Amino acid sequence: MTQVARAGERRRLTGLAGFYAVVMRTAVQTQFQYRTANYLYMVGMIAEPVIYLVVWSAVAEAQGGSVEGITAGEFAAYYIVWTLVRNMNIVFTPYGWEGRIRKGELSGMLVRPVHPIHYDLAYFAGWKFVVILLWVPIAAVLSLVFRPTFDVSALELLVFLVAIWGAYLIRSMLLWALGMVTFWTTRVSALYELYFTAELLLSGRLLPLALLPGWAMTIADWTPFQYTFGFPIEVLAGDLSTGELWTGLGLQAVWTAIGALLVAVVWRFGIRRYSAVGN
Amino acid sequence: MDDDGGNGPGSGGQPAIRVRELRKTFRVAEREAGLRASVRSLIKRAHRDVDAVAGVSFDVAPGEVVGFLGANGAGKTTTLKMLSGLLHPSSGEIAVLGHTPARREREFLRRITLVMGNRNQLQWDIPALDSFEMNRAVYRIPEAEFRRNRDELVELLEIGDLVRKPVRNLSLGERMKAETAAALLHRPQVLFLDEPTIGLDVTAQKRIRAFLAEYNRRTGASILLTSHYMADVQALCNRVVVIDAGQVLYDGGLRALTTRFSAHQTITVGLPEGGADLSGYGEVLESTPDGRTSLRVPKTQAGAVAARLLADHQVSDLTIEDPPIEDVIEQVFADRSAVGAR
Repeated sequence: MTQVARAGERRRLTGLAGFYAVVMRTAVQTQFQYRTANYLYMVGMIAEPVIYLVVWSAVAEAQGGSVEGITAGEFAAYYIVWTLVRNMNIVFTPYGWEGRIRKGELSGMLVRPVHPIHYDLAYFAGWKFVVILLWVPIAAVLSLVFRPTFDVSALELLVFLVAIWGAYLIRSMLLWALGMVTFWTTRVSALYELYFTAELLLSGRLLPLALLPGWAMTIADWTPFQYTFGFPIEVLAGDLSTGELWTGLGLQAVWTAIGALLVAVVWRFGIRRYSAVGN
Repeated sequence: MDDDGGNGPGSGGQPAIRVRELRKTFRVAEREAGLRASVRSLIKRAHRDVDAVAGVSFDVAPGEVVGFLGANGAGKTTTLKMLSGLLHPSSGEIAVLGHTPARREREFLRRITLVMGNRNQLQWDIPALDSFEMNRAVYRIPEAEFRRNRDELVELLEIGDLVRKPVRNLSLGERMKAETAAALLHRPQVLFLDEPTIGLDVTAQKRIRAFLAEYNRRTGASILLTSHYMADVQALCNRVVVIDAGQVLYDGGLRALTTRFSAHQTITVGLPEGGADLSGYGEVLESTPDGRTSLRVPKTQAGAVAARLLADHQVSDLTIEDPPIEDVIEQVFADRSAVGAR
């Protein structure tokens, strides 16, 4: 790369960083305007892990205090961390693509000199800061009620702070790629449902992966889902070795790269079709 | 904004926009109504090629404001989308400021803007000023230049009080003014405006028109404008390109359009005595109780008919006018023999 090209690339990245900062700030401003709605949404969302938690706590109690070695306190820790990871995992939904294309919003994005994925990544990343702020009291209440067992080292905390953003990136890429199927057909809700069902089972969202049967764990190992839920949760609430922590982060990086490649390829063909057909 | 006119590849004698034999063909699925046709379409889908744009050629010079006219479905928006890089042409050539729009290069996108009526780029929940800030980041406008452009646009559009309110609290007219400012913050050299005043009241329309004229004067930007409001076209454009069924019917001056395609003129005559039957002089378009009658007469005979009216009646006033531009456009569409007229 020549010096001029390097300087150009540096300018481009600086400009992009400025764009991310402005969009994230905008997202924070916007979401604070909807703080009540955000809170109600979060409270509603808590119902899902609380149900799982109550069920598994009951099973643990019935089995003499633990299920496959996981105690009620560890279940509580798992599902309380789950609530934060789930919030970090909220990204632009594939269902949003239909409106984006039909209403011509995508056209507005395409005449701007920034790839639309940067807007989504920046906007939802900004939203997370509001979410984390709103999550703290909810987590405090859940902790008081369910008494989680935590044993967190500084390294685990550090890895967790990286892993939740890794989870965010992987899920953003995968759902962006999935949503772009709308370029070809809008009748894709069955495909989305298939994705979300597979994710529910194989990610650690429904239950800790350690409780899956062997064959399901084997499948889970070859899919990206656990790096969007189970891995970041286990980092804080589980008992992963240092090696497992680094391997997990490495695999998050790999799945992020695969997701980015997938987005680039589908986007290239999708936008070619959009440019041929219009909206 | 400086009075620097167009610069870059679009200036220096080169047109800002150059379009040659532009075509866009869409392949659309079609089938008859009914269950049988529905089942048949499962096995074999019938398609038809539709030429939305069928060989359009024109140039727009740096600083020129051109009205792009046509009925719904004539191919105006499809052409604008190809010019702004949203659609790939099926064939033909386009150069906008020396760029090929379909490549959507960042440098090209930084130099144009596309404003489509009722489509917003402002964030709904925050004040327009914050959306302006986002555009500053999108277009990487240097801070000082951004402030200068923003303040000037805010002043020209008289939206100083509005830009601090959340966009959702603005009326349609107020929002369109703020949208227009947002679309021009990066001081584009080519503006594609698709129905920029649609849905606005007369006052807001006038404000936007006056602003666009002033923007064009100050920056020397080229503007290609579609509008169903002839007042927009008359106020802003010296030249119009009329298309129908994807082809150019007329490309030339607005005044020449009327001269060329209007075979009739309207004589409005006031008779103090009233009640006179004037049908012998021409086709009566309107007759009011106060004695005013509008007559449609062949343009070549308008002078003679006016003289006869003055000779035959006691006339309080008489005017001869060209028909409204809307009627002329209608006439152009009706006159398919005019295809290729330039």
